[in-house]
Amino acid sequence: MKVLVAVKRVVDYNVKIRVKSDESGVDLANVKMAMNPFCEIAVEEAVRLKESGAADEIVVVSMGPKACQEQIRTAMALGADRGIQIETDEDLESLAVAKLLAKVVEEEQPGLVILGKQSIDSDNNQTGQMLGAITGMPQGTFASEVNLGEGIVDVTREVDGGLQTLSLKMPAIVTTDLRLNEPRYASLPNIMKAKRKPLDVKTPADYGVDVTPRLKTLKVEAPAQREAGILVSSVDELVEKLKNEAKVI
Amino acid sequence: MDLSLTEEQALIQDTARRFAESELAPQAEALDQTKDREIIKSHCKQLAELGFMGLNVSGEYGGTEAGPVAFSLAITELAKACASTAVTVSVTNMVAEVIQAMGTAEQKSNYLPRLCDGTWLAGSFCLTEAGAGSDPSSMRAQARKEDGAWVIDGVKQWITSAEFAGVFVVWAVTDKSAPKGKGITCFLVDAGNPGVTVNKAEKKMGQHGSATNEVVFDGCRVSDSAILGELNQGFKLAVTELAGGRIGIGSLALGVGQAAMSYAMDYVRERKQFGKPIADFQGLQWMIADRMTELEAARLLLMNAAYKKEQGQPYATEASMAKLFASEKANQACYTALQLLGGYGYMQEYPLERYSRDVRITSIYEGTSEIQRVIIAKNLLSDLGR
Ligand SMILES: Cc1cc2nc3c(=O)[nH]c(=O)nc-3n(C[C@H](O)[C@H](O)[C@H](O)COP(=O)(O)OP(=O)(O)OC[C@H]3O[C@@H](n4cnc5c(N)ncnc54)[C@H](O)[C@@H]3O)c2cc1C
Repeated sequence: MKVLVAVKRVVDYNVKIRVKSDESGVDLANVKMAMNPFCEIAVEEAVRLKESGAADEIVVVSMGPKACQEQIRTAMALGADRGIQIETDEDLESLAVAKLLAKVVEEEQPGLVILGKQSIDSDNNQTGQMLGAITGMPQGTFASEVNLGEGIVDVTREVDGGLQTLSLKMPAIVTTDLRLNEPRYASLPNIMKAKRKPLDVKTPADYGVDVTPRLKTLKVEAPAQREAGILVSSVDELVEKLKNEAKVI
Repeated sequence: MDLSLTEEQALIQDTARRFAESELAPQAEALDQTKDREIIKSHCKQLAELGFMGLNVSGEYGGTEAGPVAFSLAITELAKACASTAVTVSVTNMVAEVIQAMGTAEQKSNYLPRLCDGTWLAGSFCLTEAGAGSDPSSMRAQARKEDGAWVIDGVKQWITSAEFAGVFVVWAVTDKSAPKGKGITCFLVDAGNPGVTVNKAEKKMGQHGSATNEVVFDGCRVSDSAILGELNQGFKLAVTELAGGRIGIGSLALGVGQAAMSYAMDYVRERKQFGKPIADFQGLQWMIADRMTELEAARLLLMNAAYKKEQGQPYATEASMAKLFASEKANQACYTALQLLGGYGYMQEYPLERYSRDVRITSIYEGTSEIQRVIIAKNLLSDLGR
């Protein structure tokens, strides 16, 4: 079985991001970039499937400027077999990504597509679902456990009330939640070998997909600064302030 | 001219950084306080399994084949979290490199895989003696031929990782009548050799997590096949092959200095005195600017030395320059960073006092700053035909 994994290049989760002064977006100049943590979990899950013998090939795909090849290489160092980069400088919206992924699915015919449930940059949480809608494939989102059976995949999902387990007919789509697994470190010899794994570079035009944005960002603002707290001298004063100033009780 | 890292170098740096942040940093303070070797040993094992012990060793022997630049980057990242672990990794890498450079095919296939894969948690160099530090050629340890075997007798001191090393690279005098430095041979001695005793750990100022021990060779018998390189040529080997270790120690110093300054820079933006963040005082800003400029220069010197080594060019002078500058400037950076925290910097609750103790040794071991200057001047002047 072939597994297709989608990975995204995002600002590293350690970075304290800053909004550009013209409020057009987040300042990405000189900012450390990394693979979206949920995508790392997706790669790890695919590698575990391969190690267990359930999968025989892992194809990793990323879309964006040339720099996102770094994330494809990272995935290869972790165990993916080959990569596809769909190169574009366009600001890709979830729908465009889902449409491109649908084309890759058509071409590659994977048994399983694994994606992060969301990316930590814009937290949209919709690409996997859109891909399901476009392709008609069944989807198991927010997976905390994935078990393969004969032609089916059981996905345990983290839902508000607890856990829900779905049995999906393959080919299927899985989006990963935080607790699915703990990604490994790439071993250094595998990092060196990743260079020799094949990486195809395509463009959206190759797939006949129009990726022109359909949304316009009007303004990006930083969250309001938290004001300094005050010390109250008694419980009575606290209750008084909660009632009359904060008006929460 | 291109100063950017290759994709692999950047990925290795990133992996080292992540490992250091997630695995080493949370335990660095405990390791420093308790000196619990089990912590550093388990980290060495993990690092070996990830390929950090044979960074510049051929894949044929289980190494990573990533080159000296990647080695320097990795050591710096590890040192940001834990200098004790970084020195252990640096020395073990150099043991592996020396065996790769000078070893016979048999020595390479015997020793390198076990150093690289973590079967042995470390390798050690045994050069220094009580009476022979900066001047190792005055060593007293000797090896004499007896019934076809070599018998090594002598006491080496301050040997990094000796407690848990699998192999020792040992220098001993084999020809007493030869001129100074011309009658020394280098041997590979297994830790299990009954003639080897590792004495208890030294109590040190810093780098408490790494082991530093006296190693006694008493009637230690090895065969001809234990000779690394050529008979009586061991001192030259020490002088030439160990230049790579200076890149390691310079890179380690840089990491500690960078960690100290980065902690201090976060601190001064938060700490308020006289009604504003102390980062607003120009006096402190200049301290930061100076130290960060020096560390950046140190980084470039290290990258230059590592790059020359990677290209197969002579790099000994550059390695000494980089080690001298990086270790001195990292010491200053730790001093300044602690100063920026004021009294808090002196408290064990903050990592600055540990950084300051850990960084101190970098201008001493693998050749003091004075000895680096001796080497640099000698090389430069001899290039001029003096
Ligand atoms: C924690 C630690 C770990 C170590 N690990 C190892 C190891 O793994 N293996 C190993 O073999 N050794 C190891 N060493 C030994 C280390 O390399 C030596 O301490 C170092 O080379 C200096 O030698 P020394 O201490 O005898 O100082 P000395 O040589 O006695 O020097 C004393 C002072 O005199 C100066 N000096 C000496 N000669 C000159 C000169 N010609 N010109 C100007 N100044 C000079 C020195 O710079 C220094 O300031 C370690 C030491 C320590 C502290």
